[in-house]
Amino acid sequence: MADITETNLPGVGVRHEFVTESGQHVGVISHRGGRREILVYDRDDPDSCSMVVHLTEHDSRTLNELLGVSRVTDSLAAVEQQIEGLAIDWIPIAEGSSFVGRSIADGMFRTSTGVSIVAVVRDASTVPSPRPDFVFSIGDTAVCVGTDEGLAAVRSRLTA
Amino acid sequence: MHLQVQMLAATGSEAAIAFVEIGVIAVGLSFLALIAGRFGITAVPLYLIAGLAFGDGGIVDVTASSDFVSLTAEIGVLLLLLTLGLEYSADELRTGIRTGVLPGLLDMALNFTPGVALGLLLGWSTPASVLLGGITWVSSSGIISKVLNDLGRLGNRETPTVLNLLVIEDLAMAVYLPVAAALVIGGTAADTALTVGIALVTVVVILWGGLTFGHLLSRSLTIGSDETLLLAVFGLTLVVAGLAQQLQVSAAIGAFLVGLALSGEAQRRTRHLIEPLRDLFAAVFFVMFSFQIDPRDLLPVILPALALAVVTALGKVATGWWAAGRAGVGRRGRMRAGTMLIARGEFAIVVAAIGASLTEGPELAALAAAYVLLTDAIGPISTKFADRLVRA
Repeated sequence: MADITETNLPGVGVRHEFVTESGQHVGVISHRGGRREILVYDRDDPDSCSMVVHLTEHDSRTLNELLGVSRVTDSLAAVEQQIEGLAIDWIPIAEGSSFVGRSIADGMFRTSTGVSIVAVVRDASTVPSPRPDFVFSIGDTAVCVGTDEGLAAVRSRLTA
Repeated sequence: MHLQVQMLAATGSEAAIAFVEIGVIAVGLSFLALIAGRFGITAVPLYLIAGLAFGDGGIVDVTASSDFVSLTAEIGVLLLLLTLGLEYSADELRTGIRTGVLPGLLDMALNFTPGVALGLLLGWSTPASVLLGGITWVSSSGIISKVLNDLGRLGNRETPTVLNLLVIEDLAMAVYLPVAAALVIGGTAADTALTVGIALVTVVVILWGGLTFGHLLSRSLTIGSDETLLLAVFGLTLVVAGLAQQLQVSAAIGAFLVGLALSGEAQRRTRHLIEPLRDLFAAVFFVMFSFQIDPRDLLPVILPALALAVVTALGKVATGWWAAGRAGVGRRGRMRAGTMLIARGEFAIVVAAIGASLTEGPELAALAAAYVLLTDAIGPISTKFADRLVRA
């Protein structure tokens, strides 16, 4: 990776810059409010920018996604190959769900629908391959793998 | 309950007049802010022009003299200085002190001195001359940050130099303002020395306390909601400003120091919360300031103002040229840095307002207004075409 130079801009934020492998000088200003600017430095006058792109926080996320795009599509393709004919669904356990405080085994999901609960997302962490005695609580998200019909059935039971 | 109603009825007509006055001013200013936005300039120079046109001896003579309006204007100064203090974090200030002393001294030598010299040349008293020096010294961080943004120069190599100079000027003001305020109060030489001494000690203590314990204050302020924070900071600012005024340190510097003391989360949130309030109150301040200037007073000061604008514009260019050169910036960048610094603004007007009670007060105000308007025209335009002013 190229060397990144960091410069503080008092009252504005921070500027990071580096030189690309092709020799173009580029940088990013992170404003204190969350706004970003992409800077492309002028080859003729290296102290100034020949192009500045303003990004809102939202734009930055979009751009971030686009820059990571090849990796994401590669790994998505791999997942699809593994589970041809199957779908994944993220089902939230909201307040009022009859499964709050009940375990996975209680639902007998795999027996009745063929759907596997492969993980449960709780707060910021993930519980991979939860055991049948795993008890749901409000705010959990169950990551389920199965056929479309199976998933629809599980979704209606978990959210009811 | 009954009593309250009676009180409201008694002050009803007075309040009605104040409402109409402030309402008309605010609506007028919103148009000016709109125009300023269209042309990509800050509204401060336009507010000054509006005040000149509609104030004493202007095209239309509007009398907005109620206590309510003048109190609003004074709160405007406090909020203006609070947000100037909030502009930089404690870390940025510490770095500023460490790295910016030399450029700061050059800046002072080239831009404070001409103002003082002209004041003395015009036969003004020492306090008035020192105030004129303050008017020509400090660049407008409001105008400069806007121009930097509009011209897409925030990423430029010379920009940190420009911003660091603004930090140093901010700190220099923390010392300058109380000294100037003490000089204006006057008295015998011993009295003045004592007031200046008290003022400086107070400032140093508050500044040191703010930089050392500011994070504790900031943390305790952020436990509540936005509403709690807004009320707490607003109240704290008025209390400290009032106490500073009592100690004859000038209320403005008290507000400024509260801003400097806040850091981190509290600083970020307060800036966000207080900015709309500041815009509202400060607009009233700028208009009130130029309301009191008779446009006919501008004519005799136009030549001194022009001479001062030219000399101190060159002073800023030299400061920026040298400071950016130290940072390894090329010739075009050095010229951009220098011209960027020419514009004066909010600080100059605040300094001029301090001298209102002096005998030279009206002349000082007129000169400051003319000078600020001139530099606000020269600065942004010359920096826009700075690249053509030098060979690469």
